[in-house]
Amino acid sequence: MHARIEAGRLDAATLARNFADAHAPLTPARAAVEADRCYYCYDAPCIEACPTGIDIPGFIRRIAAHDLKGAGETILSANILGGSCARVCPTEILCEGACVRTLAGDGAVEIGALQRHATDHVMERGLQPFSRAPFTGRRIAIVGAGPAGLACAHALAMRGHGVTIFEARPRPGGLNEYGVAAYKLAGDFAQEEIAWLLGIGGIELAYDHPIASPAALSTLRATHDAVFLALGHGGVRALSAGANEFPGESLGGVEDAVAFIARLRSAADKASVPVGDRVVVIGGGNTAIDAAMQASRLGAREVTMLYRRGPGDMSATAFEREWAQTSGIQILFDAVPHSFDADDDEPGHVAAVNVFVRGEPRVIAADMVLKAIGQFYDAPLGDTLALESGRIAVDPEGRTSLQGVYAGGDCTKGADLTVVAVADGKRAAIAIHTDLMQPGS
Amino acid sequence: MADLRCNVAGIRSPNPFWLASAPPTDKEYNVRRALAAGWGGVVWKTLGEDPPVVNVSSRYGAVSYHGKRVAGLNNIELISDRPLAVNLAELKSVKRDYPDRAIVASLMVPCTEDSWRAIVPLVEETGVDGFELNFGCPHGMSERNMGAAVGQVPEYVEMVTRWVKASTNLPVIVKLTPNVTDIRASGRAAKRGGADAVSLINTVQSIVGVDLDAMSPLPMVDGQGTHGGYCGPAVKPIALRMLAELGRDAEMGGLPMSGMGGIETWREAAEFIALGASGVQVCTAAMHHGFRIVEDMIGGLSNWMDSKGYATLDDVRGRALRNFVHWGDLNLAFETKAHIDHDACIGCGKCHVACEDTAHQAIAIEPGRRYTVIEEECVGCNLCSHVCPVDDCITMVPQEATATRQSWAERMREPAE
Repeated sequence: MHARIEAGRLDAATLARNFADAHAPLTPARAAVEADRCYYCYDAPCIEACPTGIDIPGFIRRIAAHDLKGAGETILSANILGGSCARVCPTEILCEGACVRTLAGDGAVEIGALQRHATDHVMERGLQPFSRAPFTGRRIAIVGAGPAGLACAHALAMRGHGVTIFEARPRPGGLNEYGVAAYKLAGDFAQEEIAWLLGIGGIELAYDHPIASPAALSTLRATHDAVFLALGHGGVRALSAGANEFPGESLGGVEDAVAFIARLRSAADKASVPVGDRVVVIGGGNTAIDAAMQASRLGAREVTMLYRRGPGDMSATAFEREWAQTSGIQILFDAVPHSFDADDDEPGHVAAVNVFVRGEPRVIAADMVLKAIGQFYDAPLGDTLALESGRIAVDPEGRTSLQGVYAGGDCTKGADLTVVAVADGKRAAIAIHTDLMQPGS
Repeated sequence: MADLRCNVAGIRSPNPFWLASAPPTDKEYNVRRALAAGWGGVVWKTLGEDPPVVNVSSRYGAVSYHGKRVAGLNNIELISDRPLAVNLAELKSVKRDYPDRAIVASLMVPCTEDSWRAIVPLVEETGVDGFELNFGCPHGMSERNMGAAVGQVPEYVEMVTRWVKASTNLPVIVKLTPNVTDIRASGRAAKRGGADAVSLINTVQSIVGVDLDAMSPLPMVDGQGTHGGYCGPAVKPIALRMLAELGRDAEMGGLPMSGMGGIETWREAAEFIALGASGVQVCTAAMHHGFRIVEDMIGGLSNWMDSKGYATLDDVRGRALRNFVHWGDLNLAFETKAHIDHDACIGCGKCHVACEDTAHQAIAIEPGRRYTVIEEECVGCNLCSHVCPVDDCITMVPQEATATRQSWAERMREPAE
């Protein structure tokens, strides 16, 4: 390993602080005040803005009335991963962005924080608001234990179907487990939430079990009444230099941001995760921000993000961008990297990024470069399924071109958000249930 | 700067803000702090016969309303629980140092002439400016045939007032309980007994809430509760009505009134004065925020009076009373209709659902959450303007008269066609 990529840059206490909950939960008193700020709108725009359609004024009113269990049930009945969505949703562009108090100019109700308050109450007490219907005799295979797969599994199990989830990785959760910054889902929340979700019963999980070929899908179809594909993104975009390989992309110290984040998330001890002294992150999405922030929190001294367009074009939200910028991350806009230089002393390792910033050439020293310019569905099932814009084509209820095969989440069209994946999974479960339970099916 | 000097039946004070007879005026220490803070006067916590009463531990219950504390306060404390001699000595000391302030003694003794005739001269000797007879305390004392037990029987009110008036030349204010069906009966009785003024309202009998774990009314005393006296902002509407009822009553003949019940800022004080009060008394707001609130009460009242061109309190007193009429005298030909300012509207839809579910189905939703008034359906009830969270977004617009003024009373006098 390169000399300047080191583990244990910070002491244990600092690391613990850096990777603890980024946003402290509301105290009961703060929650009461915040809940009272909700106007309980008629035809509330926040509900419309939530991909899972949570009855937001309804759950907030229950918080105000000190019925936290009722508030939690209201949320979870629409979004079974309401706990993690409360933590990771870009609320400023969803519910809170639509809050009428934003229009009134006095700040949106903190819907995400209130949602966490209510769902934490339910999960901390292990309450199970939902119960499983009698077994229908139908068995459904789900591929991928990310948010879409889990949401679909829960909705199917509740309706009495038998569910088996095939997960390629050793742990469930998908991006909640491997892709989101640790301080957004602090502690082991992703796993605790999944354990709670599985409490419904009727869901089996097969880990280290990728379904990555047309043949594997055929087998699943033959042995199950329906299949739900929640494959996520398998591919990470490479840098390009026209048709040629990007000069220096294969140097040591250059890697995909998702791999860095996954390694960090999987590490029980953050001190064991090596990070550079000077880190450059390329990209402008939430993955880029999460990578930059976490590199900094691991102890990288200089973290620079290079984004090829302006602040308004970033797919990361303004909140995330400003959070990064006020956390010591330097973001260079209109910054187009064109090559990486190798280290003179260690020729196989990166030493600098050559970049045009607003057309002016600059050299940024770097011993670690994290690429976060986008992920894509890498079509492991080939053309057995019809694709649309490179992803699995589905109808509004999640049916693919193959009979009995449904899909949702990042492998289908729509915003790449946890909450959208949950909505997809829930919708597909209802479609599967409807299709399977039709007389004569 | 408006002249805020106040005169209630001959009791003068530099401003109309007195502290009501209650815990804040329990003893010299508090009263001196209050007078130093600028209060125009105090009505000392009610004096009674020795041996003093014993108070319970746990005395207040409060209503919080959507995060606002003490929207209403409920109290089960009794009259002063200190020996009479201690109170008298302190009264004397305070009055000596504050000759310009109104120092009024509140009294409550058993309903016998001897008791009243005995205590009045003892208290008068302290130099107080007048008496307030506590016929209002709704709990504890009423079970001992004092307080509201007297105030609820007009004959007793008249009788006791007469005894006191016969014992002193100082002004006597009779404090009225709201726990009656017709406040005029009590007010008129006080007048017949010779009262120089009435003060109202005392607290409203209440249970402030129930502890749903202990299954006991609040506040709880060792697992049990009792009814108490309700006060604070929540009771202001009740107080204003009773005050105005007496203010316009011909038999009261303009007897001076000291108004109280939920006064928290200068604005409520102005409302009481506009409905006929010569001065006002405050308690809950001081208990909630401390004595310094009197500064903004004085400043606010003065600024408002200046802005309106009112030079003295007499210019304000009773000014709204002339417009406090019986329902049957309201103009049936008057019409007002809601108007929604679409630039100010934030699209919450509260006006729509309120009107749709509970009123007159007069607010339509148009595409894009645009809420508009269906004028033909709008009866001008004001509900939408009250539920709208945006100031001045919904205004009630008086309509040009299409018929001549006619009240229900006039309409009923018309010969049937």
